Amino acid sequence: MESTTRSRTILVVGGGISGITTAVEAAEAGHDVVLVEKSPTLGGRVAQLNRYFPKLCHPTCGLEINFQRIKKSRRIKVFTMATVAAVKGGAGGYTVTVKTSPRHVKPNCTACGDCGRAATSEIANPFNYNMDKVKAAYLPHTMAFPMRYVIDGSVAGTPEGEAIKAACKIGAVDLDEKEETFDVEVGAVVWATGWRPYPAEKLTAYRYDLPNVITNVEMERLASPDGPTKGKILRPSDGQAPKKIALIQCAGSRDLNHLAYCSRICCLASMKHAAYVREQLADAVVDVYYIDLRAHDKLESFLLRVKDDPQVRFVKSKPARIDPGAGDNPILCGENTLTREVYAEPYDLVVLATGMQPSTAEGDMPAFDGDLDDYGFIFPEGETISAGVAAGPLDVSMSVQSATAAALKAIRATMA
Amino acid sequence: MSERNTGVYLCSGCGIGEALNMDALEKVSKSEYKLEPKSHACLCSDEGVGMIRSDIEGGVNQVIVAACSARVMTDRFAFEPNTLIRADLREKVIWSHPAGDEDTQMLAEDYLRMALASAPKINPPTPWIEGEYSQRICVLGGGVTGLNAALEAAAVGHDVLLIERSDRLGGWAVDASKRLPHRPPYAQPEENNIADLVAKVQGEGKITVRMGVTVTRTAGMPGKFAVTLSDGAVEDVGAIVIATGWRPYEAEKLGHLGYGASPDVVTNVQFEAMLKEGRPTRKSDGKALKSVAFVQCAGSRDPAHLPYCSNTCCATSLKQALELIETDPTTNCFVIYEEMRTPGTAEELYRTAQSAGVIFIKGKVKAVGSDLTVTVADELVQEEIPLQGLDMVVLATGMVPNSTNTMLPSEAGENPQLHGDVDPEAPIKVAGYAGEAPPAHERREQVVYEGASLLNLQYRQGPHLPVLHDGFADSHYICFPYETRRSGIYTCGPVRRPMDWAEAEEDAQGAVMKAVQAVRSAAAGAALHPRVGDLSYPKIGLNQCTKCRRCTVECPFGAIDETEEGFPSVNSTRCRRCGTCMGACPVRTISFDNYSVESLVTQIKSVNIPDEFSGKPRLLLIACENDAVPALDMAGIKHNNWSAFVRVLPVRCLGSVSLLCVSEALLGGYDGVMLMGCKAGDDYQCHFVKGSAMAAERLGKIGETLKSMMLEPERVVQVEASIADADRLPKVIDGFVEQIMAIGFNPMKGF
Repeated sequence: MESTTRSRTILVVGGGISGITTAVEAAEAGHDVVLVEKSPTLGGRVAQLNRYFPKLCHPTCGLEINFQRIKKSRRIKVFTMATVAAVKGGAGGYTVTVKTSPRHVKPNCTACGDCGRAATSEIANPFNYNMDKVKAAYLPHTMAFPMRYVIDGSVAGTPEGEAIKAACKIGAVDLDEKEETFDVEVGAVVWATGWRPYPAEKLTAYRYDLPNVITNVEMERLASPDGPTKGKILRPSDGQAPKKIALIQCAGSRDLNHLAYCSRICCLASMKHAAYVREQLADAVVDVYYIDLRAHDKLESFLLRVKDDPQVRFVKSKPARIDPGAGDNPILCGENTLTREVYAEPYDLVVLATGMQPSTAEGDMPAFDGDLDDYGFIFPEGETISAGVAAGPLDVSMSVQSATAAALKAIRATMA
Repeated sequence: MSERNTGVYLCSGCGIGEALNMDALEKVSKSEYKLEPKSHACLCSDEGVGMIRSDIEGGVNQVIVAACSARVMTDRFAFEPNTLIRADLREKVIWSHPAGDEDTQMLAEDYLRMALASAPKINPPTPWIEGEYSQRICVLGGGVTGLNAALEAAAVGHDVLLIERSDRLGGWAVDASKRLPHRPPYAQPEENNIADLVAKVQGEGKITVRMGVTVTRTAGMPGKFAVTLSDGAVEDVGAIVIATGWRPYEAEKLGHLGYGASPDVVTNVQFEAMLKEGRPTRKSDGKALKSVAFVQCAGSRDPAHLPYCSNTCCATSLKQALELIETDPTTNCFVIYEEMRTPGTAEELYRTAQSAGVIFIKGKVKAVGSDLTVTVADELVQEEIPLQGLDMVVLATGMVPNSTNTMLPSEAGENPQLHGDVDPEAPIKVAGYAGEAPPAHERREQVVYEGASLLNLQYRQGPHLPVLHDGFADSHYICFPYETRRSGIYTCGPVRRPMDWAEAEEDAQGAVMKAVQAVRSAAAGAALHPRVGDLSYPKIGLNQCTKCRRCTVECPFGAIDETEEGFPSVNSTRCRRCGTCMGACPVRTISFDNYSVESLVTQIKSVNIPDEFSGKPRLLLIACENDAVPALDMAGIKHNNWSAFVRVLPVRCLGSVSLLCVSEALLGGYDGVMLMGCKAGDDYQCHFVKGSAMAAERLGKIGETLKSMMLEPERVVQVEASIADADRLPKVIDGFVEQIMAIGFNPMKGF
């Protein structure tokens, strides 16, 4: 028998490409959706990518379509800067407590930019992985959806804060805004909480503390027109274009001390990075250090295209360590598995292909009380519905596939 | 329809009022269009929106908002079912042009004119809804993927027609031993539960199973497909899920790997069946297996055979080796591989195999002799080593998609739609990086053409579902993996991409999700992705139609058929509303309620064209609203300036642009026309497949027209834009303005 508390509404936790997909697919089949995202905008990690492999097209293109779908739908209620604090109940009837953090900007913000012009202090820019700074009143990026400013809490109670508030002609600044919680009644919960880059500082032998050792996600921002270098690939130490670059695969992945699984995307992402370098820097050489080159299905052809470039070389080896070298050039040390030669090779820039760690891995998702697998992924089973990289290490296309399936699972759950 | 009552609302917020002369803007509406506008200092505020809403209550049924870009404040300016027209005075005027400037003011007034002029040409769309719609979902293929698809569709309340060409359900899984691991801790082979899955399907009342039949004919459209089976039955279904799976690559073609030379050289599929029956023995003499070699990439990643990686073969060989070791731990298992591909959590199975004592040899197999000597070019020791004393060699053959039915002969004649979308040999041409193409490998067209069409679609554009290179019926779009070019027909499982059981289960759910949307949208007359929910559809004035067939040929989705008399016939629920037919029609008799050649030309003509003595040229920028317009918006957000002599006209897709838009602009005195759209070509980024390509083809024919008008061909150009081009596009536009200034003013001006 249907009870009166049953809900056809679906809650999606996480507003990256997977969560967005689950939300629009379910909404377009006639279900109401509540989409909860912890950061100020939707788009997640893919919004921070410069391009996708293998087409080298821009992720914002697909995001634009998905944002248009959300705007047209009217069935999707989006909460940004929001997390899930508690989940009670079961399939068909959950009560979910949502907690919002202060944006210090009210919903009537028009993104006119007056507050940004009034701000004087700067904060690290999370969109560019803290590689540059933004004003304390900022639009997260030009594709931000919802297109509203964010004001950093640090200016509250300061003369700067007052100046920012005074600059807003429509009174949209609220420096006293506090954390809030509210409950929503939903019939299904989909966890699309995504991933974070595995912390490179944990790979102590790879000396992420050296200025010219960066990670693959930072490389995406360096190559992006909206990145800290306006799309130019430059060494962090001196702003010079690198001539000799190493890409280190499995930096953390396939390693029992770090991520036991293969993160699936890093080999192909590195092929893309080789393409970024070769597109910009005609003289540069790129060395790829790898254990196995994993290019699944038709993506093999992308690997073949890059392999055919004589300035991209492949070294079968898991480097043992990085030493600091003269001129801020990191020295890559190890043994070539095929030739058995020991190398100590200086590079202008070293990129660590760090893997994907589920956001749930370190137990910082208290509201999720189901079982995690040994790595921290949410295995979809029974009433637990997960999508995208929350469920396992997937590429974008597979994440969307998983998220579309999750929409159907959620619809089923509301019918339970 | 009730009489048109248009309300005009101007916003002076966000700096618009400071940068522009609002009184002059109001005057445009009042004196030129006889519409009394209302202004507000913040139109998106509760007060501003409230003002519009109360006017709607008072009878306004069409709203013109001149404020910010149509991409923002969509939740505030939402007045359905009344039509809404937006003029962008913010992103594309004051944020991208100097404040208080005469040319900026003229630009703003022209954008307002374009909105005002289009208003009489824009009607609220009435959806196409006619007759009965079927909610039933047809699933083609009764293997793991199809069985899951059928159960999922039934579970969300849809009746299902499950069609299987053989006389049993379960597909390859029936003849398989254990499954690859898919549950935590992902380390051990799992039980094969195919019998349970088959039983579930047979026990589900909503599923009708038809075995031993194929589809001989599919007519109709989403919500109204009529599927004819080989036994003559005709079934109504609303959407179709293709789950026809895969077949092993023909081992007969792998003579160099010893297949056929000895009965003890078998394929992984054959070995799987042997494992299912218990511990396998030698086929030649029945002796026990003490030493077995698994040869990876037998056919896969081989330019002479399958150029792609079949994804599942590495893990399958590890599983088979583990099954052998489980029954006799003394079995020697060698896995000879080039790259061990166990992505994701499959790495655990690799680890299990390593600790179980499987011996891994990295290298390429050069030959397998009839005495089972395997010669390996070992990459680690860098020499050729013979591996002897083997009892059996297992070739890990790859997956070939069943995008046709090879059990039936292919139809006579070539079908152009089956040519791959993407040329795998093409170099990467994006933004200057042109890596050399890999050594040419054969286009495996024979695989694609090997069999009969799966559905035998009665479409003007042919019976097949278009496939990508390598023959997989996959989407071209990374962000939208279920997009096919035949609306309401979705693919899943290994026919889409090489994948294992667990992934196919999930893929089936995804495809059913799309099929459910398709049947529900069809019944509501609403468009599918990417213009989801659009109720407009192309209407054709047959009395003007010349039966030229351009619309039926050019539709990227095969939505338009031809009647016996040769007239176009729109299958509305197949249509994605891109307007490519509208752009194609030489007599301009195809239009949508809210989008037409007329509505575009009216906007073009509404712009004030100063005479040449003013020194102010006018250029028309016809911009695709999917990527080019957002990129221009973002240029505005970044306050990147571009020439105020340019008027941006957003269009659904460059494919919808009739050459009349270009010629009318030049006749009207514009000095140049630029079309800006998504990347065309093999790696196209056009959301409607070939809109940019069609526009380029049409522009290729405009030379004659320009010549007859005594105009230079350089006055009309097409450029590619990506959504990340916010910094580049202003330079591209300004460069075009300079080029036009160098040519000089349009001599037609003022005539």
